Amino acid sequence: MTKKIKNLNLNFGPQHPAAHGVLRLILELDGEIVEKADPHIGLLHRGTEKLIENKTYMQAVPYFDRLDYVAPMNQEHAFALAVEKILKIDVPIRAQYIRVVFCEIGRILSHILNVTTQAMDVGALTPTLWGFEEREKLMGFYERVSGSRLHANYFRAGGVHQDLPQGLEEDIAEFCESFPKIINDLESLLTDNRIFKQRNVDIGVVTKQDALDYSFSGVMIRGSGVPWDLRKSQPYDCYENLDFKVPVGKNGDCYDRYLCRIEEMKESVSIIKQCLLKMEKGPVKSLDGKISPPSKKDIKQSMEALIHHFKLFTEGYRVPKDEIYTSVEAPKGEFGVYLISDGSSKPYKCKIRAPGFSHLQSMDYLIKGHMLADVPAVLGSLDIVFGEVDR
Amino acid sequence: MRNLEDLEKKINSELNTKINKTEIKHNQIYLETDKEDLTDICLFLKTNNDTKFRQLIDITVVDYPERTQRFDIIYLFLSHEYNQRLVLKYSISENEVIPSLTSIFPSSNWMEREVFDMYGVSFKDHPDLRRILTDYGFEGHPLRKDFPLTGHTEVRYSEDEKRVISEPVKLEQNFRNFDYESPWEGTKYIKQEIDSNDKKN
Repeated sequence: MTKKIKNLNLNFGPQHPAAHGVLRLILELDGEIVEKADPHIGLLHRGTEKLIENKTYMQAVPYFDRLDYVAPMNQEHAFALAVEKILKIDVPIRAQYIRVVFCEIGRILSHILNVTTQAMDVGALTPTLWGFEEREKLMGFYERVSGSRLHANYFRAGGVHQDLPQGLEEDIAEFCESFPKIINDLESLLTDNRIFKQRNVDIGVVTKQDALDYSFSGVMIRGSGVPWDLRKSQPYDCYENLDFKVPVGKNGDCYDRYLCRIEEMKESVSIIKQCLLKMEKGPVKSLDGKISPPSKKDIKQSMEALIHHFKLFTEGYRVPKDEIYTSVEAPKGEFGVYLISDGSSKPYKCKIRAPGFSHLQSMDYLIKGHMLADVPAVLGSLDIVFGEVDR
Repeated sequence: MRNLEDLEKKINSELNTKINKTEIKHNQIYLETDKEDLTDICLFLKTNNDTKFRQLIDITVVDYPERTQRFDIIYLFLSHEYNQRLVLKYSISENEVIPSLTSIFPSSNWMEREVFDMYGVSFKDHPDLRRILTDYGFEGHPLRKDFPLTGHTEVRYSEDEKRVISEPVKLEQNFRNFDYESPWEGTKYIKQEIDSNDKKN
């Protein structure tokens, strides 16, 4: 007598602590082996691109914070660079360093979150507690410079909104001294941990060819041994003047990606230190009054500044007709903005290229043949944040 | 090809009948082509040793409702070997079906689904053309320019029916789009000057 066996369909999410947000996965299981995974996304879709088309260039910036909300300023950076390139304006050197410092802080924020929650997904709670204490300090820096811990709205086309408050540079420098010790502590909990290795080594292996075919970027492609980092290959702002290494994995599994993230945090600390050393006093935004708003003091005294202020915050600045694709190395990979301007003060089209979108797409290919318990591990190492996947 | 000028020459000589226009700006190369030649060009760009655009970065559409060829379809490519970016573009009219790239670039699967969802452009030979970002049962294509910013329907939990229902959008105040273009630009000759300056830029 033969018995008919049917595959089991399992609904994972949309509310599940290991789904890292609102992911709904339809899994087809043969026993405990995953045969097929069909991610249903879009539960956090807010129509960012449509909204940006209806806002001025300056009003569009806060929407970028809400994409990958664990590293907000990296997103703003891509948009600011796109607008700057079309406007053909220069960014003062101090502003470039400030932006790089905060991009690297964003990278550390994102990597701490990812590494520690990935550890939590496979059963370790302590790294999260230790890591989040550091995130708190970093978000404190965000707050001091922009007024908010998460949705910074700090970068502008032509520089940053305001200069660093007094004492912040010293505090960031102090953090750079104390943080490497925390990374070592985290590593002592995870890197040689037997359970962590059993759950991550040889899980979710990506070959070089597949990393290219599936449009991977960032840690996902570097974990597979492709030394590709936009900060090195297509440097923007002052990354050319900075000395840093690009950590590359060997096997392309979850464990290698974890190691890459740990090493990248160390590199980020070194980048921040270099920036703080090289930073000199000077302007922090473009001196063009048609683009950067005047200071409060000038508004009180100068008629021209008052007019500029009024025009900038009603009509906004106009951007000549052009189209451009710019990308930055966000913590999760290549974050790009394809901007089409039509000469008015609002973008005609602003396509956001989110790294997580193409990473999550490969879920089916990555998880096929793995066990159900590996789903959170693979998902964790993809570094998915739904703000940017769903836009 | 190490530099963009050589690449432009190479593409023009190899694909001269298929490419309508090439342009280099912002350190990237922009190509214009036709729908029919898309797959050939992508295969060439991906496999040729002098181009090696082996990564498809994104696919997107731009909507120009006033044109007969309403949509511009845009493909962004990246070559790791030569560190170059390429933008490929062609126009189609509404209701035209375009070829899918899923057999050449597996990553185009979701990108094409997104284009289908947001703009209603259909792809031929796509393995799984469903909506991706919008809600189950959503109607319309949100990124088209004639789709209102506030949408057509809104959802809420109905206490009577004990489920989530969708109903037409009711707004206390409509979305207001202020026209800030200078109302006091003065006499005509100044406006002409502004316009000619805009054209120069």
